[in-house]
Amino acid sequence: MRVFGFFEDWLKGAALETQEYVRLIGAAFRGLLTPPIYRHDIIEQFDEIGWGSLTVVLLTGLFTGAALASQTGLTLDQFGARPVVGRLVSTSMVKELGPVLTALMLTGRIGSGIAAELGSMVVTDQINALRALGTDPIRKLVLPRILAGLLMAPVLTVISDFVGIFGGWVVARFQLQVATGLYWSSVTDALYIQDVEQGIIKPFVLGFMIVTIACHVGLRTKGGTQGVGRATTVAVVAGSVAVIAVDFFVTQLMVWLIY
Amino acid sequence: MVLFDRVQLAFDEKVVLQDVSFTLVKGHTKIILGASGSGKSTILKIIVGLLRSDAGVVWVNGGRVDQLSERELMSVRGDLGMIFQEGALFDSLTVRENVGYKLYEETNLPLDQVDRRVEEVLGFMGLSEHIDKMPSDLSGGQRRRVAIARAMAFKPRILLYDEATTGLDPITATTVDDEIIKLRDLEGVSSIVVTHQLRDAFYIADHMAVRGQDGDVQILPATPQKADEAEFIMLKDGFICFEGNAAELRLSDDPYLKTFLS
Repeated sequence: MRVFGFFEDWLKGAALETQEYVRLIGAAFRGLLTPPIYRHDIIEQFDEIGWGSLTVVLLTGLFTGAALASQTGLTLDQFGARPVVGRLVSTSMVKELGPVLTALMLTGRIGSGIAAELGSMVVTDQINALRALGTDPIRKLVLPRILAGLLMAPVLTVISDFVGIFGGWVVARFQLQVATGLYWSSVTDALYIQDVEQGIIKPFVLGFMIVTIACHVGLRTKGGTQGVGRATTVAVVAGSVAVIAVDFFVTQLMVWLIY
Repeated sequence: MVLFDRVQLAFDEKVVLQDVSFTLVKGHTKIILGASGSGKSTILKIIVGLLRSDAGVVWVNGGRVDQLSERELMSVRGDLGMIFQEGALFDSLTVRENVGYKLYEETNLPLDQVDRRVEEVLGFMGLSEHIDKMPSDLSGGQRRRVAIARAMAFKPRILLYDEATTGLDPITATTVDDEIIKLRDLEGVSSIVVTHQLRDAFYIADHMAVRGQDGDVQILPATPQKADEAEFIMLKDGFICFEGNAAELRLSDDPYLKTFLS
């Protein structure tokens, strides 16, 4: 009976969280369609999420592409296929590693930041103060972050893809001794428009997930500074798991739809 | 201006407010006393619409806030200023941006006009030299006064003070009390003051602000008529156990009140 009661409580809690998450997204969507729109907050978030994440995304992309070329080069050698290393790097980066690793980096950097910032505002009554001053926190705080996450994640992913392929070239050229022309031609030969479409569409979904989860968790923070720490952890863990899981389902959907 | 009629609120099993009724008249002060957890702050949150009552009727400036949507509440909040416990200043904004927040963000007033109003309000509160500081650079008392400045910058007709002096030393608390009195008597703002600091509650009730011939503001003992405009409410376990003026509160024979006042 006790186990059943625990399970029942867990189910109720999960249903409540889901309901509040959907309500948050609904409220943000309504905020997009009706005034007021806080333009300077939107620009600020584009700068924070986009420009602010550039360094970490560049480094991640560069080293992922380089490591990928190094690892696959060894395997391809067994088949005498070292010259096609560019194919593996480009398809892996564009279809999978670019979107997922960029999303994971954004979860760590942006998801934790959003949850901590909003959580602190909740526990210090700043969210209530905003409401008392006639500002809707969803429009002011959530919507700008959602727009920035939704639109900057694909931009950062494309940059990460390019830098990753470049990192692959560095290893292919100087470690694997593959000619530059051969590498770049194999990069372009392997990519189909469907691959690029997949690599562009995924980060829209992942960016949206990361930011909405972080906003939801941050706004539901309870319990002082300890609660803020807990919210930050939950935002990163839930965001990371969501990125991996959603990536799988979006991949399945894209394969079914466009190939 | 504010009317509570048989308002009830419970969080799960815990009853916070039970049949609470009172009226705040224009230009008057309502001082809500009670022990921690007696529901004092909850009353303010219901007035602003941050919480919704389970039963009863709440009127604020002609609007039934217990029935309004969040969007409709925004217009009611345009005439309400609330000072939160600890100030709740926006810690990433300067004092200027905090005080002018509503005017900068929620109105179409020209920036120079907003700046003038912010400087005027901070001058009134004696905080002009702190205008470009961040909230973290201010003392506790200064933060409370900035919070009051933020609440009064858009000239609301009602100000709600939630433990505005709690945690402050007596001298700083008196400066905050003086600002509450000045706003009430010189700006005609109706106030609801929530506190468990008896010294501050009686100080606000027993004093009045007067502007002299030279323009200087003086805080003087209140006339009997003025003192009657400050009404006390004592909350106990969600119920109102006393309602009256300062003199009646002091003379009360109720054992709980006597314990509270001792």
